[in-house]
Amino acid sequence: MKKKLTGAQIVLEALKKEGIQHIFGIPGGVLIPLMDALYDEPEIKFMLTRHEQAAAHMADGFARATGRPAVCLATSGPGATNLVTGIATAHMDSIPMVAITGQVATSLIGNDAFQEVDITGITRPITKNNYLVKDVRELAQVFREAFYVAASGRPGPVLIDIPVDVQKASAEFDYPKEIELRSYKPKYEGHPIQIKKALELIAHSSRPIIYAGGGVVRSRASAELTEFARMTGIPVILTLMGLGGFPAGDELFCGMPGMHGTVYANHSLMETDLIIAVGARFDDRVTGKVDTFAPHARIIHIDIDSSSIGKNVRVDVPIVGDIKHVMRQMLLEAPKASCAPWRERIAEWKRKYPLEYKRDDKLHPQFIIEEINRLTGGEAIIATEVGQHQMWVAQFYRFKEPDLLITSGGLGTMGFGFPAAIGAQIGRPDKVVFDIAGDGSFQMNIQELTTAVENRIPVKVAVLNNCHLGMVRQWQELFYNKRYSGTILSPCTDFAAIAGAFGARGCRVSRPEEVAPALEASLKEKEVPFVIDFRIEPDEKVFPMVPAGASLDEMLSGIS
Amino acid sequence: MEERVISLTVENRFGLLAKVAGLFSARGYNINSLVVAPTEDPEISRMVLTTSGDQRIIEQIIKQLNKVIGIIKVTDLCENDYLERELLLVKVNVANQKRTEIIELAELFKARIIDVARKFLTIELVSETRKVDGFLELLKPYGLKEVLRTGTVAVSRE
Repeated sequence: MKKKLTGAQIVLEALKKEGIQHIFGIPGGVLIPLMDALYDEPEIKFMLTRHEQAAAHMADGFARATGRPAVCLATSGPGATNLVTGIATAHMDSIPMVAITGQVATSLIGNDAFQEVDITGITRPITKNNYLVKDVRELAQVFREAFYVAASGRPGPVLIDIPVDVQKASAEFDYPKEIELRSYKPKYEGHPIQIKKALELIAHSSRPIIYAGGGVVRSRASAELTEFARMTGIPVILTLMGLGGFPAGDELFCGMPGMHGTVYANHSLMETDLIIAVGARFDDRVTGKVDTFAPHARIIHIDIDSSSIGKNVRVDVPIVGDIKHVMRQMLLEAPKASCAPWRERIAEWKRKYPLEYKRDDKLHPQFIIEEINRLTGGEAIIATEVGQHQMWVAQFYRFKEPDLLITSGGLGTMGFGFPAAIGAQIGRPDKVVFDIAGDGSFQMNIQELTTAVENRIPVKVAVLNNCHLGMVRQWQELFYNKRYSGTILSPCTDFAAIAGAFGARGCRVSRPEEVAPALEASLKEKEVPFVIDFRIEPDEKVFPMVPAGASLDEMLSGIS
Repeated sequence: MEERVISLTVENRFGLLAKVAGLFSARGYNINSLVVAPTEDPEISRMVLTTSGDQRIIEQIIKQLNKVIGIIKVTDLCENDYLERELLLVKVNVANQKRTEIIELAELFKARIIDVARKFLTIELVSETRKVDGFLELLKPYGLKEVLRTGTVAVSRE
């Protein structure tokens, strides 16, 4: 007979089978059996965060940087609800993550016990699947299923809720090798007839454009996409989530579309006769007013999630499948598109409407981003928070590879970037990792400086500090008569001093000539986080801009 | 707006009904009726739901349902021939000497009187949903005391 293990030991054995070496989290009353088992476990390192939300974002950042699922842990009740923002963030961006929560004893469930919350109920709409495990004999199977579901198909977060008595009970550990679920069968190959139809449309198009998104990054299909674009000669635009999926330095690259996209990307969408959508979902920030979006275009839409197809725009040729597989299928017979005049037209727009900012003696955020790009050779992992700085990064950083940009695109979670950067650094110790932040966002999870100091994680934080919630302020300035309601972060925080108090390093930069020396100093720091407090002007804005609800050809391009 | 009858084969698992109901409410889709019951296989339950929306919404509903882990099969019964039934229990006022009229009406619809009280009759009807609608419409002028409908169950004819 096999040796029996406790539920807590089964959890750890299952995690090891899945190759997990880190758990990000905070313990609590109902997790003590699991924490006790961890005490003897040399192969799994517990990363104690200072807030559960940050634990979820760290697991998320780790998963984005490595392409492998990662694990966060929280106790029942408030611990579990603190994970919710992080789980929703991962869900919107299709990130493989397994969240483990402790639960009150099975005998108490439903009694409004101390620190009890129905976390499977709460997370049902924001997880790919979730489980409440009431029987220790089901634990191993549930873990196998959870990791399989999280990482396959369109990836996403899965939550496992484990009552304290289940952690203490014991059962034989038998980890299933094969897994098959009759209600979940992701489809990877594209249908050959649909692919043929798509290739015919491409062959007959004179103004085609590839519009690619996060699906390319998640499916690790950037090599295939790049080959396809170069082979056919079709220009490429990338959504925020797709940045890096095609090299920014390639002459076919046309930048990001949408609200803060390039003029040439948006013009291309308005004039194209064929959109080849690859792992992108026609988000409202991309399409602008959907009724006037791409009026001349037929649409080929490739996505592993059939519900993403036809959700926001009508589609002529739907192809359900994994991007990598479908791109390979399409490469076999990809035609050369006859679109040289079209490429020339786009090139003209590029010359006429480049992304630009005023190059004077003031400290401009765009310049700081260009300097980070230059001094890291474009090799660094860049995490961002959410707001103006995030859009400046998308516009001015030249992402040459996938997995270099870690940003909350779907949910738009402020406070995401810093813990995600820590997670990314743990997953990729060989890389330089920056969090490019705003002062508003950074303060939402600033407590994780301690976690980073404790674990000697040398992430760099470039705070583009304008002492405001800049993006909302920008809207107030442009559309609400400069009535700055609730957007002034006063007094302005001294981030270098805060970094010092946490045991990290920091400095302040107010002038352009100080940028490179400060960045160089941060790059030399290998032990603790380095926070640079860049003091930028509050009225610095993100342009171009398509106002909310306007059509893509109604861009504000004002250079301030 | 189209009416659709969708049949789901689902894992007989905790939380699945909540998942389906949540999907509809979160995305603002209509559920006109929803019936859940076990099948011949104890591990599998059947849900039959009726919904309405334009073609794009119906397509989304079906795709979203297909995505739910735990739902084994989604069938849009309206794509082919199907049979549907609904059970109605209705209490009708019989004051004002209208008892005979009501009984005649019930006979016309092949409904059964299952309880007779001094002030009202309880009638049972098993029929297609639109006939149940029609029957209720005709009973309305007499005064409906209580109406109970089970919602539609349906099966394909193939």
